[in-house]
Amino acid sequence: MSRVTARDGMVTGSLRRIGAVGVFFAAVLAQCVPALLRPRHIVHQVYNAGARSLIIIMLCGLFVGMVLGLQGFDLLQRFGSEDALGVAAALGLLKELGPVVTALLFAGRAGTALTSEIGLMRATDQLTAMQMMAVDPMQRIVAPRFIGGVIAMPLLVAIFDVVGLFGAQLVGVQMMDVDAGAFWSQMQAAVQLNDIQEGFIKSVVFGTACSLVAVYEGYHTEPTAAGVGLATTRTVVTSSVLTLLLDYILTAAFL
Amino acid sequence: MRPNRALEIGTGLFVLLGFAALFFLTTQLPGSGIQVGGATGYNVTARFDNVGDLKTGSPVTLAGVRIGRVTGINFDPTDFKAVVTLDIESRYDRIPDDSDASIQTAGLLGGKYVGIGPGGSDTFLHAGSSIEFTQSAIVLENLVNKFFANFASGRKEDPKP
Repeated sequence: MSRVTARDGMVTGSLRRIGAVGVFFAAVLAQCVPALLRPRHIVHQVYNAGARSLIIIMLCGLFVGMVLGLQGFDLLQRFGSEDALGVAAALGLLKELGPVVTALLFAGRAGTALTSEIGLMRATDQLTAMQMMAVDPMQRIVAPRFIGGVIAMPLLVAIFDVVGLFGAQLVGVQMMDVDAGAFWSQMQAAVQLNDIQEGFIKSVVFGTACSLVAVYEGYHTEPTAAGVGLATTRTVVTSSVLTLLLDYILTAAFL
Repeated sequence: MRPNRALEIGTGLFVLLGFAALFFLTTQLPGSGIQVGGATGYNVTARFDNVGDLKTGSPVTLAGVRIGRVTGINFDPTDFKAVVTLDIESRYDRIPDDSDASIQTAGLLGGKYVGIGPGGSDTFLHAGSSIEFTQSAIVLENLVNKFFANFASGRKEDPKP
């Protein structure tokens, strides 16, 4: 384990950090198979990362969907085609807003929890103690948390999308009086399986990226109280930037 | 780590909910899965030469007021016409049976809908009756082609002063 220190300059420091994340990713992947043999740990982490983020994801999904309904209605109404609101809301949610907003929330809700948990283990020498007992902390601590995040993320995105759609329907059909039949039937006619696939792939990639950043920052925390705080902040910043960057790359790749 | 009942139930619930959402997205969105609208009325049929991109779920209107929706679009193999089933709300039971049905477009980008033009008969549409007078969807490309064909032939005859 090599911590990135202030000894390096800006450029070499960043390069070294990227390299360290890459090496760490390979190490985590190598430990994934043995970690899968202990499904109970993974279930626990899916609970931590997924089930406990459920309320905030559903609440935010509802509001994002409702805003889409309002804004989409206002825009489409100017062209006299408010019937296309269902299409606009569905494509916006499935392809962009669902994966991206969920990933940002995931980084804030589950990523920080992961980082501070592992970081505190580092700060209180629990990881070292494990190593002394010949228990590999990568296999026992890091890999299950990583897998849990990767499993939880696509499910959270799917829930976010569905709740968002019904939020858009709530505003569009119930409040703004768009025809319910047109709302759903135009949506069903325009949405292809490809669009859903794109959202799903994005969610898996974002889940991998956010979970990786969270466990990396936790594992390489400066073992002090301030270090844990700093690592938690870095998790949010890095995950958010990485999510938006990857989103652009993936969108460009799918178009 | 001791097995924890509440935790496992919570995880199971979350995973189930997630897969239910995924299932909903993959099966219900790209297809004609969801049927919206509660109380059904009576069904009448109308035969069109061309339905354009009319969809099941599209609205049926009379004088711009929504009175029902399209519940089925089928194809009659004997005369090659589209048979559209319209579900009209039961409170609108006094629509003359010589009314006409036409397929129209809502706005520039909007979807197709069926517009009913009321007739003058004293007998009314009821369950199972069919609308005789229909006007098909206007296919914009055909219209444009016709316009340009006329335009070109007009230009040829034009040159004499």
